[in-house]
This record gives sequence, C-alpha cells and structure tokens, in this order.
Amino acid sequence: MDRGFSESVSAFLDMGGYAAFVWPSFAITAVVLVGMLVASLRWLRSTEAALAALQAERGAKRGAGEAAGEA
Amino acid sequence: MIQRFANPNRFMRLSAAVVPWMAGATMILGAAGLYLGLFQAPADYQQGESVRIMYVHVPAAWMALFCYTSMAAASATALIWKHPLADLAARSTAPIGICFTFLALITGSLWGKPMWGTWWVWDARLTSVLVLFFLYLGYMALVNAFDDPARGAKAAAVLALVGFVNVPIIKFSVDWWNSLHQPASVLKLGGPSIHPSMLAPLLLMALAFTTYYFWVLLVRLRAEIISGKIRAIRLRQVHG
Amino acid sequence: MKRKHKRLTFIVLGMGLLAAAAALMLSAFEDNIVFFYSPTEVLDKKLGADRRVRIGGLVEDGSVEKAGIEVKFRVTDLANVIPVTYTGLLPDLFREGQGVIAEGRFVDGVFRADEVLAKHDETYMPPEVAEALKKSGRWQEMEKALKRSGQMTKGEAR
Repeated sequence: MDRGFSESVSAFLDMGGYAAFVWPSFAITAVVLVGMLVASLRWLRSTEAALAALQAERGAKRGAGEAAGEA
Repeated sequence: MIQRFANPNRFMRLSAAVVPWMAGATMILGAAGLYLGLFQAPADYQQGESVRIMYVHVPAAWMALFCYTSMAAASATALIWKHPLADLAARSTAPIGICFTFLALITGSLWGKPMWGTWWVWDARLTSVLVLFFLYLGYMALVNAFDDPARGAKAAAVLALVGFVNVPIIKFSVDWWNSLHQPASVLKLGGPSIHPSMLAPLLLMALAFTTYYFWVLLVRLRAEIISGKIRAIRLRQVHG
Repeated sequence: MKRKHKRLTFIVLGMGLLAAAAALMLSAFEDNIVFFYSPTEVLDKKLGADRRVRIGGLVEDGSVEKAGIEVKFRVTDLANVIPVTYTGLLPDLFREGQGVIAEGRFVDGVFRADEVLAKHDETYMPPEVAEALKKSGRWQEMEKALKRSGQMTKGEAR
C-alpha cells in the first residue's frame, strides 16, 4: 500500500477532527437498526418453528386417533 | 377494501412476497446513501465534516415522526373499524419508532456537542422529541399491561391518539418558538436550503430508512399473526 | 354501520378538542417555552439584571476580541446591541455574523455569560459554493434573506 493511500485513509477516518462524533453516530445507528432487525427475524423464526411443531403434534395425534379407530 | 386486507391468510401471502423486495431496497438504498454521504458529499462550509451526522440524524428524526403518525392512524382504524390487522400494525410499529427516536436524540446530541457547544438543551424541539420517546415507551408499556390483550390494545390506541398532538408540535416547534435547534431545511416554503450534493445522500438514506421500517414492520406483523394462531390452537387444546 | 359512524365522530371530535386544548395551553405558556430573548426584549424588559437569562442574536461583525481564554463580543438583533464577555471554550460554529445564544446576567452593564451556544442556520452547502456565492456578490443577498426570514429577530415580531 502506498503512502498517499494510507494518508487519505487516515484523513478519512479523522473526519476533519470530528471522528469522535461522526463515527459513533454511524456506529450506534448501525447497531440499533441491525439489532432491531435481527431480533424481529429471530422472533419470526421462533414463532414459525413453534407453529410447525404444534401442527405436527396435532397431525400426529389425529393420525394416531384415526389408527386407533380403525383397529 | 378494508375487508380484503382483513384476511390474515391473504396478508401472510402478500407480505411473504413483499418482504424480500423491502430487504433488497433497504440494502441498495442504504449502500448508495452511505457511499454518497461518507465518500462523495462535500464537507459543509460551516460545520466541516461533522455535517455527515445529518445523514443518519435527519432520516431517523423523520422516521420517528412517520412511525408515530402510522401508529396513530392504525390505532384510529382499530378503534373505529375494529380492523383485526390495525391493532397488530400499531403494536408492531411502536418498537421500531422508539428505535428511530432514540437514534435521533443520540445522533443529535453527538452533533450538538461540537457544533452548538452542548449535548443537550431544554428548547422546544429537543424537549418535544424527548416527549415523543416517552409516548412510545408509554404505549409499549400499556399495550402489555392488561391480562386481556384486547383491553391493552384499546387503552394503548387511545394513548397513541392523544399523544398525536405532539407530532405537529415537534414539526413546528422551531417555527413557533425561538429555539436552539435550527428550522427545517428540506420541507419548507421556498424549496430546500441544502445543496444538491448533500440533499441526494440525505434523501437516499431517508428512503432506505423508510423501506427498513416496512421490512421490519412486515416481519413483526407476520410474527404477531403466527403468535395469534398459536394462542388460538393452544386455547382449543385446553378447551377441547 | 351506525356504531362505526358513532365511533368515528367521537374520535374526530375528541382529537379536535384535544388539539384546541393543546393550542390554548401552549399559547398560555408561550413565555416559558421561549428559549432566548433578543437584545431588544432584554433591554425593554430589563431582563437579566437580577436573574440569569439567555440572550440570542447575531455576533456583530468585527466585534470579537480574544485575550487568552477571555472573549468579548457584541450580540445584535440589528436593532439593539449587547456587549458580552465570556471565559471558556467556544463552540465550533461560533462566528462573526452567525447566530449565538449566551446565558448569564448583567454585571455593570456588560453581559457576563457563563455559557455560549452557537446557533446553526438551516443552510447546508460545500465551501466552494459558499466561496463562489461570496465572489459573485450573491452572498449579501442570501444573508439578508436569511435574516429577514427571521430566525434571529423572531423575538421582536412577537
């Protein structure tokens, strides 16, 4: 990596001296929004799994009941 | 029209088709907005590089108001027409709205410290946005405060409607009273007083935040509907 | 259908009453919601003599004198001027010709501020554009328009 590049990177990271304010703003925004999204997706997955389990259980019971009736 | 969307099964099919589009739009718009905002947009003639905080602060503040307005509209629909999805939409919007409000407050504070010279002042704009944060908090507490979910939803819907008076107060606080916070730059008479090179990333980020809201809203609504189904099945098991 | 209409009327009416109540309350408390007073108001009402007050206006051009960490400047609303002294760090947006809010009280006719906040106007543009505007002479036009738009002189209007 040449010197000009690394200099421009550090200038970018410095944000004209406002790094301590600019980067936390973006970081907190990313953490909160991604956190909200992940929490919502996980909740949806867990409800989907719970519903599938419940329906499978019901299906098995009904199947068992029918089998018992036939016997 | 209302009856057509009232059917949860139809909603589940429709939302399953829309969610990937919202996800894709959020990522593309967000990436474009961040690229323009962090790399292409110039520094401001007064604020220097700290102006970039605006690209997350302003969309978050707009969405805080947009979410509250949606929540109040959904609550009114639920109270008047007893629309089964409206209560769930209001309930699903609250946690997203409170996230945006929190972000608007925090990023505003991070901008205010170097620019104004203070993290916080009790001027009309900042105080009314803090009130908005507590309204969301109150709504979320109230909606879960009753054993009977229908009663909780009703009480929270009334709170959402009462709290709606705060929304125009926030919007016009900087025009009605003198405040530390500056007046509106984009939505004002006579056109925006913001250079196009800075307006472009701002609007892209605002669009990304909007599609993000609908994405998360649909995901949470789906989860709410499935939870309702699970409750109904369990109830039948107990009584059957 | 009838009950729906009843609920709709009830909510519309309720919201209307609520808005009216809020408007009444806010106009009653208007003096407490105001964040700062213009120099004209401060001088007219003799504010800041016995208790702390916030004054707001523009930093008068050419009025800033720095001696170490002590700063002297004058706050103007283009009608009246108040001299201010302040010891401490100034915010980054503090400039001559820009909006400023100072909190403190009067000591021997000079406003002694213990806090100085910079007010931001609502214009955003790159430095080159600002430079070009200044060169073409359109800057004065814009500044005048900004001041007319009343962000600093709102106090007088009331």
